[in-house]
Amino acid sequence: MSAAIEAGPVDLAASAAENRFAQATQLQLTWWRFRRHKLAVISLVVIVLFYGVAIFADFLASTDPHATDARRSFIPPQGIHLFDESGFNPHVYGLKGVRDTRTFKVSYQPDPARKLPVRLFARGYSYSFLGLFETDIHLFGIEGGRPGESMFLLGTDQLGRDLYSRMIVATRVSLTIGLAGVLLSLFLGVLLGGLSGLYGGWVDLVIQRVIEVLRSVPTIPLWMGLAAALPRTWSVTEVYFAITVIISLIGWTDLARVVRGRFLALREEDFVVAAELSGARQGRIIFRHMLPSFASHIIAATTLALPAMIISETSLSFLGLGLRPPAVSWGILLQDAQNIQVLAGAPWLLAAAVPVTLVILAFNFLGDGLRDAADPYG
Amino acid sequence: MLPTPMAERVSLAIRDLAVQFESEQGVVRALDGVSFDLHAGRTLGVVGESGCGKSVTARSILRIVDRPGRITGGRMLLDPGTDGEVDLATLDPESRPMRAIRGGRVGLIFQEPMTALSMHYTVGNQIIEAVRQHNDLSKSAARDRAVELLREVGIPRPEARIASYPFELSGGLRQRVGIAMALAGDPDIVIADEPTTALDVTTQAQILALLRRLQAEKNIALMLITHDMGVIAEMADEVAVMYLGRVVEFAPVTELFAAPRHPYTRALLRAVPSILAAPRQRLSTIGGAVPHPGQRPSGCAYHPRCGERLGAICMERPPAPVPPGMTGASCFRDEPQERAA
Amino acid sequence: MNVLEVENLKKHYPIHAGLLRKEVARVRAVDGVSFHIAKGETLALVGESGCGKTTVSRCILRAMPVTSGAIRFAAGEGRTVDLATLPKRQVRRLRRHMQMIFQDPYASLNPRMMVGDIIAEPLKVNGVPAAERRERVRELLELVQMPQSARSRFPHAFSGGQRQRIGIARALALNPRLVVADEPVSALDVSVQAQIINLLLDLQDRLGLSMLFVAHDLSVVRHVSDRVAVMYVGRMVEVAPTDALYRAPLHPYTEALLAAVPAPDPARRGHRRVAQGEVADPIRPPPGCAFHPRCPYAVDRCRAERPELAPAAGGRWVSCHRAGELGLTGVA
Repeated sequence: MSAAIEAGPVDLAASAAENRFAQATQLQLTWWRFRRHKLAVISLVVIVLFYGVAIFADFLASTDPHATDARRSFIPPQGIHLFDESGFNPHVYGLKGVRDTRTFKVSYQPDPARKLPVRLFARGYSYSFLGLFETDIHLFGIEGGRPGESMFLLGTDQLGRDLYSRMIVATRVSLTIGLAGVLLSLFLGVLLGGLSGLYGGWVDLVIQRVIEVLRSVPTIPLWMGLAAALPRTWSVTEVYFAITVIISLIGWTDLARVVRGRFLALREEDFVVAAELSGARQGRIIFRHMLPSFASHIIAATTLALPAMIISETSLSFLGLGLRPPAVSWGILLQDAQNIQVLAGAPWLLAAAVPVTLVILAFNFLGDGLRDAADPYG
Repeated sequence: MLPTPMAERVSLAIRDLAVQFESEQGVVRALDGVSFDLHAGRTLGVVGESGCGKSVTARSILRIVDRPGRITGGRMLLDPGTDGEVDLATLDPESRPMRAIRGGRVGLIFQEPMTALSMHYTVGNQIIEAVRQHNDLSKSAARDRAVELLREVGIPRPEARIASYPFELSGGLRQRVGIAMALAGDPDIVIADEPTTALDVTTQAQILALLRRLQAEKNIALMLITHDMGVIAEMADEVAVMYLGRVVEFAPVTELFAAPRHPYTRALLRAVPSILAAPRQRLSTIGGAVPHPGQRPSGCAYHPRCGERLGAICMERPPAPVPPGMTGASCFRDEPQERAA
Repeated sequence: MNVLEVENLKKHYPIHAGLLRKEVARVRAVDGVSFHIAKGETLALVGESGCGKTTVSRCILRAMPVTSGAIRFAAGEGRTVDLATLPKRQVRRLRRHMQMIFQDPYASLNPRMMVGDIIAEPLKVNGVPAAERRERVRELLELVQMPQSARSRFPHAFSGGQRQRIGIARALALNPRLVVADEPVSALDVSVQAQIINLLLDLQDRLGLSMLFVAHDLSVVRHVSDRVAVMYVGRMVEVAPTDALYRAPLHPYTEALLAAVPAPDPARRGHRRVAQGEVADPIRPPPGCAFHPRCPYAVDRCRAERPELAPAAGGRWVSCHRAGELGLTGVA
């Protein structure tokens, strides 16, 4: 009979750390693994900050992003001067009308003689905070400016609009247009990829061929065609949503493939077979047993799909095919930077490229980190 | 067929080999002072369960331990006691002398022939490459040698088979090719790491018979790593039993089975299912499980599971290892003895 | 009373090629297999790779559709149903009566479910109320000698042997009439394997399990089974009570299998006859008797005519033209 006994039941380790490990859900394990990727964690923080900006966009802006004034076009970035004779007194310079002696046109230039104090929680243009209430308080702004005066942290564009405020407000548009498109792609991708992987046979055949056809269509001409087909009479919002739909009609293919692949792999896994053999219905097998296993893959794939969406919108708008003024997005801001003559004279207009790059990089690092944390072996 | 006296020369002498792996969880000592000799013309069986370090030993000898693992101590003397004595532990794994030794003096047979052979090249291509690495032969001469090797390992119609891809061959044939590759450089030492674990039992019998024949013909020092006590009984002249990175017992094969000296060996032999068993015969079990090498118990690594503990001494310090060349157990209950002639 | 009767089971996989996807060949994974399992008995199904034993086990559980043949299962109250022809919906309702223990302890438990939920899953799916489920899980954990604290832990906290215990607990949750164990100990270390074998023997005694034990390790099979069925290339070659099969095999392949197992006894080395040749290919099995190219006793008839599985003395079955006239060697 048994020589050494196993002390009746199996003896499990009792240390606190081991207990925590033993009782950790897959989600917790994934989070712990994720935490070790410094770059991914930093990227997560960066993205959260960006979305914070998107939510509080109007609050963070200092000048009405839509207010044009041709006389103050192409003003270079104004720095905030922190100190003057009286000590700590953040201020910017006011504007002075200067008449060009040859063209007789008046343009505004910064006037060091005139100081406009910069204060926190100043009053500025009024806006509706997330559609909930009207207010006109901004994070910072100038006091006592004449009409048309403001602070132009990043200068102005050709129409005299404050680039800094426009960039802040563009953040909201560019980041949320990505979200809506990704959610739509997510829904289509999981649905069609799932059907494809689950049923196989001719369902799979048809869906996969559709995916291949969609992916083989060259994207920019397709977008050009579709965007040109949108009636010019549509409002900005309608165009906004139409663009979203257009972009996600292509975007779902990537996710569908990932989902299909995971379904095919999972179907053969022993624990799924075990669930089937217990007598579970198809629905339960899918939602209780298979879905949690690839939820992390989906999250990772989605996180990597977002930057693609953002780039799509930015590119389309840059080419003039996507959003149109008066909407503000990074792509539209970059449109202004297309003209080399303009750029030579006003290089600060390229500033919109910086947040785009940062966000795309951050999403990529985040997606990589998530993918590695979710599936360290695959 | 009793083991012959120890008059044969020692081809490879391993002394106090220590290997560790560094990971985020800390330092894991995979090998903790392993010593044994390989004699020409004889088979050393290395047996143990998972985590005992038998595969790491093989890979260390060939200097193919992957990072983050590294050799932290000990010597591996090729041709000890001769003018050409070389300590493999001191050689750079990528250096020319080591590459010449790898395959030329020491060959390796893998457990899974699918991983040892590339799917993209024919069997012939791969053997010819191995042959030419260790011999200065023309392509056609190397090809002839490759056909010869395939014939030696018992592959029927080798002139035709040489053009096959590994995936076209059955498991048994693939392992024969694996053996042919290991022998391509004409090594006098061969390490076989679980060479039959992935094979059917009838194929296993054929491969073991082949290994025995080749060893006898070429006077090879064979180190056979396995977890299967039956294979040990069938093939080994001497046996090293490993547990958690140490050799816990060393003995000639008949003695090991007739009178095992280490409590682990005794327990292991009782726990092995036997083809001669009575119906519904229960097995003797070893309580608990093999600890993770990163959580090595203090003192004697086996003491938490040992049914024959002596007392506190087993927890305080590790027992002395068995000196190479002697028979005995690394246990406070045992005194190693000289091998009987 | 038989829990299971399998008659002439066949599972073929057609291979399609060409533009019109015509069938060019078939993999005859299972090619006419018959056996039965009596109540309370353990039948081992042994064979080497490609013999079809895993396919048979999956067919019996209707994890895949069957090409032809009958799988008669005692469904309770004296009824017998033929699983092979039953519609899928009704198969699902019978699932509670037959359960499986899987080979790979690292793949058979859902890594995202707590152990308690894993074991309770078959109960939940079959409508057992929550309080009863809790109690049953408690019972089952005790039965497989695992502590109750395992309920709130996840599979990654456990070793291979412990996971296998959890898998066994899950398989026994619904008190199935038939348990199919698919190589339940091959992925385990020797010392752990011994624990699980003992556990299975205990459970057999306590619960009177009817079990189909699929394995390739003949030593394990000797400990665990009452009768043994030997398969080769999709065909059944011999069925016999365990002792009788091991002492005096009637089929040359059984003899070769037994001879090939290395016994842990150095005195026995070198005294065995090693079978020649490779295991046959299920796509192109040799004509006549599939074993004839490797059989030292083959005669002309063996090359031409495929032998039928015929009864022999002592409740045994053999599929060999020369059965009875050969004096074959077994192990003691």
